[in-house]
Amino acid sequence: MNRLFFNDVSLAYPARDRQGVPQLVLDRIKLSIATGEFVVVIGRSGSGKTSLLNLAAGFQEPTGGTVTLDDKPVEGPGAERAVVFQDDALYPWLDARDNVAFPLKLKGVGERERRARADELLDLVGLSAAGNRRIWELSGGMRQRVGIARALAAEPRFLLLDEPLGALDALTRGKMQTFLLGVWAKSRSGALLITHSIDEALMLATRIVVLSPNPGRLAADIASSFAADILAGASPSEVRASPAFKRMQDGLTGLIHADSPEEELAA
Amino acid sequence: MTLITDLTEVYNSDAKTSEPVRAPVRRRQVPIPLISLATVIGLLLIWAAAASAELVSPVFLPSPAVVAASLWNLVSVGFVDSTLPQHVLASLGRVLGGLAVAVLIGVPAGLAIGASRIGRGILDPIVEFLRPLPPLAYLPLIIIWSGIGEASKVIVIALSMLPSIVISTASGVRSVPKDHVNAARAFGATKRQVTFHVVLPSALPSILTGIRIALGTGWSTLVAAELVAATRGLGFMIQSAAQFLVTDVVIAGIAVIAVIAILLEIAARALERWLAPWASAK
Ligand SMILES: Nc1ncnc2c1ncn2[C@@H]1O[C@H](COP(=O)(O)OP(=O)(O)O)[C@@H](O)[C@H]1O
Ligand SMILES: [Mg+2]
Repeated sequence: MNRLFFNDVSLAYPARDRQGVPQLVLDRIKLSIATGEFVVVIGRSGSGKTSLLNLAAGFQEPTGGTVTLDDKPVEGPGAERAVVFQDDALYPWLDARDNVAFPLKLKGVGERERRARADELLDLVGLSAAGNRRIWELSGGMRQRVGIARALAAEPRFLLLDEPLGALDALTRGKMQTFLLGVWAKSRSGALLITHSIDEALMLATRIVVLSPNPGRLAADIASSFAADILAGASPSEVRASPAFKRMQDGLTGLIHADSPEEELAA
Repeated sequence: MTLITDLTEVYNSDAKTSEPVRAPVRRRQVPIPLISLATVIGLLLIWAAAASAELVSPVFLPSPAVVAASLWNLVSVGFVDSTLPQHVLASLGRVLGGLAVAVLIGVPAGLAIGASRIGRGILDPIVEFLRPLPPLAYLPLIIIWSGIGEASKVIVIALSMLPSIVISTASGVRSVPKDHVNAARAFGATKRQVTFHVVLPSALPSILTGIRIALGTGWSTLVAAELVAATRGLGFMIQSAAQFLVTDVVIAGIAVIAVIAILLEIAARALERWLAPWASAK
């Protein structure tokens, strides 16, 4: 088992002008993610979710505390922590297959093996026929699946996903949630997913972490079992209809929207 | 210039008409390409009328028919020791040679400007010095340094092309999406791998645009450079013809230069669509 650990991590962005004070975005976050866990971070926009993920990925350094991976400090990005971006970040000059094979190419894996592995992964995400397609010919949902397949190609211990389904329509989004859950369960990795949708958090998480804004603090760290139910065969609509689901939903809504109840829920 | 833009419009609207469904709008309007064509024909007619009325001496203004005949003569017999294709090849060779040199120097320089502060500090003043200079201003110096052979012309053309290639490469590098770089880094890419697998391909559309602009600049620089110092080439051909007052060859030469400029533009656009189809697909 591997463990990604935020040890009292703080992050401040430099002040915008010379007199100003640095803007504290994350305040002493203590959070641990182990392989086999699916941790969903939920919070309002601007609460520091992306910053948190960037710290885990190693794109940014904390201004206080440390991020460690198996007790060793994280120094920059690494292939054991793969990232799925909100705007897919696929390379338009490569076809779908070469995008998926990109992490393998960086590692120096030979052409034939790369191709075979990429085709396997495309198959896993249900895009076996799309290998030769250009990225801009794919729909948003297909692109996100290519992005997930690309992340899996790195065989990461941790999948870091920044609102990966945010740009999709509700129907596609629901399907992708179930799909993502299956992929994660098969890969036995740890997942850190960011969302601002309470419904999505409940559908995917084994643990839900609520981030309160200004500065970002951990407001709650709650275990959730609906994902396990879905993996065990329950249908998403069944799960959503259960009283326990409704109760959790109301509880989370209260936590997140404590000071602005009129804000619309993005489900 | 207007001819080029008109032509590209014809070109683009051609591509669009291949769509299976066309919206039935504004039937009665005359298409712009038709207006342009009519303008060209009109100008030719005025020219022919002016020539046949002998408003000016035929030495100064030969008729279109005479120019067409001299064009044919240029192709089959030639002028000043070379046929038209030989002149064209000499000129094209210099432009493409200059382009090769400019790309080999300009793309790495643009990468350095776009990717590093130090590179920018060193190269920016050089590019900014070169950019506003008319190439003919430094041509004499280049001739002093490297003689009047092919080298001096290729150098002048390359220098005239450099700024647009450097600047467009640098701007392409600067606008590489941050996520594209971060994704590669998260998959364990080294700096070198990020440069070759992400930054360069991402900047490619911008580099190609720079090359297209550079081809235009290079072509006009070339013809001007050949007016000054050459023994073959379109500029030289026109200059020699002018000295002997062979006006029909001068006019035919100008027409050939214009047509080649347009063809270069079309070729560059085709190259862009072929090498970077995603840039136009968005
Ligand atoms: N590069 C940056 N420089 C300065 N401030 C930033 C930067 N990135 C984000 N911020 C600020 O940090 C806060 C949190 O941003 P972010 O982590 O993107 O939140 P979220 O993903 O939850 O919307 C916001 O107030 C934002 O303005
Ligand atoms: Mg965000």
